[in-house]
Amino acid sequence: MIEVEGLTKHFGATVALAGVDFEVPRGAILGLLGPNGAGKTTALRIITTLTMPDAGRARVAGFDVVRDAAAVRRNIGVAAQDATLDETLTGRQNLVMVARLSGLTRGGARARAAELLEQFELVDATDRVLKQYSGGMRRRLDVAASLVARPPVLFFDEPTTGLDPTSRARVWEIIRGLVGEGATVLLTTQYLDEADELADRIVVVNHGRVIADGTSAELKAQTGEARLEVTLSAPHPEATVALAPFVLGDIQVSHDGRRLRGRVRSDDGLATTVVRALDGARVTVDDVIVHRASLDDVFFALTGQARSGADETAGDPTTGDDLP
Amino acid sequence: MTITTPPAGPPRIRQPRPHRLRTKVRDVGVMTRRNIVHIRREPLQLSDVTIQPALFTLLFVYILGAGVVLPSGGTYVDFAIAGMLAMNLVTSSMGTAVGLSTDLNTGVIDRFRTLPMWRPAVLVGRSVTDLLTSFVCAAIVAVTALAIGWRPDAGIGQVLGGFAVMLLFGYALSWGCGCLGLVSKGPESAQGVGLVILFPAAIVSNAFVPTQHMPTVMRVFANWNPISAVTSACRQLWGSPNPSAAVQTWPMQHALASSLLWSIALLAVFAPLAVHLFRRRTEN
Repeated sequence: MIEVEGLTKHFGATVALAGVDFEVPRGAILGLLGPNGAGKTTALRIITTLTMPDAGRARVAGFDVVRDAAAVRRNIGVAAQDATLDETLTGRQNLVMVARLSGLTRGGARARAAELLEQFELVDATDRVLKQYSGGMRRRLDVAASLVARPPVLFFDEPTTGLDPTSRARVWEIIRGLVGEGATVLLTTQYLDEADELADRIVVVNHGRVIADGTSAELKAQTGEARLEVTLSAPHPEATVALAPFVLGDIQVSHDGRRLRGRVRSDDGLATTVVRALDGARVTVDDVIVHRASLDDVFFALTGQARSGADETAGDPTTGDDLP
Repeated sequence: MTITTPPAGPPRIRQPRPHRLRTKVRDVGVMTRRNIVHIRREPLQLSDVTIQPALFTLLFVYILGAGVVLPSGGTYVDFAIAGMLAMNLVTSSMGTAVGLSTDLNTGVIDRFRTLPMWRPAVLVGRSVTDLLTSFVCAAIVAVTALAIGWRPDAGIGQVLGGFAVMLLFGYALSWGCGCLGLVSKGPESAQGVGLVILFPAAIVSNAFVPTQHMPTVMRVFANWNPISAVTSACRQLWGSPNPSAAVQTWPMQHALASSLLWSIALLAVFAPLAVHLFRRRTEN
């Protein structure tokens, strides 16, 4: 439904996209992930006919975004990152305007606007001008506006940025519902849990290039590492020796000598192997935990940089305890 | 054909459809309505076609009228109203530059650009809105003028004809201002540049005083100024004092023809140019 090949775009001396390829099959959700300035928004703007590519091509619903831009526009709904609705109009007036410009009749436009305002829980704000909307309400209205004509292909640029958890869950639910009806979705996000939660496939971009492309599970497996945490019934001198063959790098031991931690290869049956080895050294074990890589770890490993706003994502609950 | 409501169920790929006249008219209507809602919410942005025309008409007639003696005889108020109308319509056409520039610098233009609408509707809707506000402007000048003793010496058809000549010129000029709005960086600079061009052009004309006693350079400019042509045509139609009738230049001798030619020429140059600039500005 969306095919992107060798997309390149420069802004002056800045390279925004240096040859990006990916594909989104019909009915799938693709998450475009990357740090700020990675080229996500530029890619989205090209695919939604807002910006011309320098090289490469993109097709949406079989139409070329440059040659058949008008045909592409009949098949897409876009919720861009910055508010693209009219500040001076009310919520209803905005939706009716978008509906009319999308080809709905006057009555049809009004009915569709009312339906969407209800679906996005904006009924109370129907006749308020956008200037009086909160950030979250604007975001929801932006998403609602993209759905007015029920287009088969939808683009959401950071759809839940700035939303409270309830609105966020609501938007997720709506996106899932759309895909359930057969829509194809491309969304950009900075939130790894959002990509993890929604996307069938994730494309990670950095410095204008695709650096990873796969399902969430594939990406997590790609780093091939996990973290092992063992709790002993009592401190034991043989424990570190027994664990040494599995652990990459140092083993960290807690003050009381009961908790051991290290990075391990993410092999099958790892927990069993660890318990057997410790049992063989007559070490009694209370607990073994293998933390598979989270998307955060993957992202960090791939881009080599910390994301902004990391506190928003499902953090690792085990960090920051009593280990040195 | 328009769809009543989008079909529910699995969304199907839609084939491209050329824009027919009906959908173009619809989109222009939607954009015009949007602009009118803006005006209704902030009525003060209309001050250049409401308060200003009344104020300028009163000020100019009483201040200039106290000192100007017309070579052709007649009262200053009868002479001046055509000029007041011209000046107010000319300066209010700058609204197009400001409005377009504002639209282009807000995110809403990106929304329009992803919709399957007829894109020039943004432009045409703006000019239709400005034509409507011009009607308001003309009505206010007329009412103010009548209140201070303006009495056109012509039939109703000719009086309306004078207004029509003026409104056509203002509309044509608003496309020129539209071009200015499309090439300027923001609404403020559009307004600034527009004022620097249009205000002197309105002053150096026959709108306020007869051109006969102007310095040579000014006089030549004034006698060939399109604003002089429309003002003169309007005075002719209204039967107002018209000293320019004695000026031996082609536009002053053929005021009506030259004012219509100017309007057509402005439209022929600036309307396609505006569409071109608009496409260029919104395509990348």
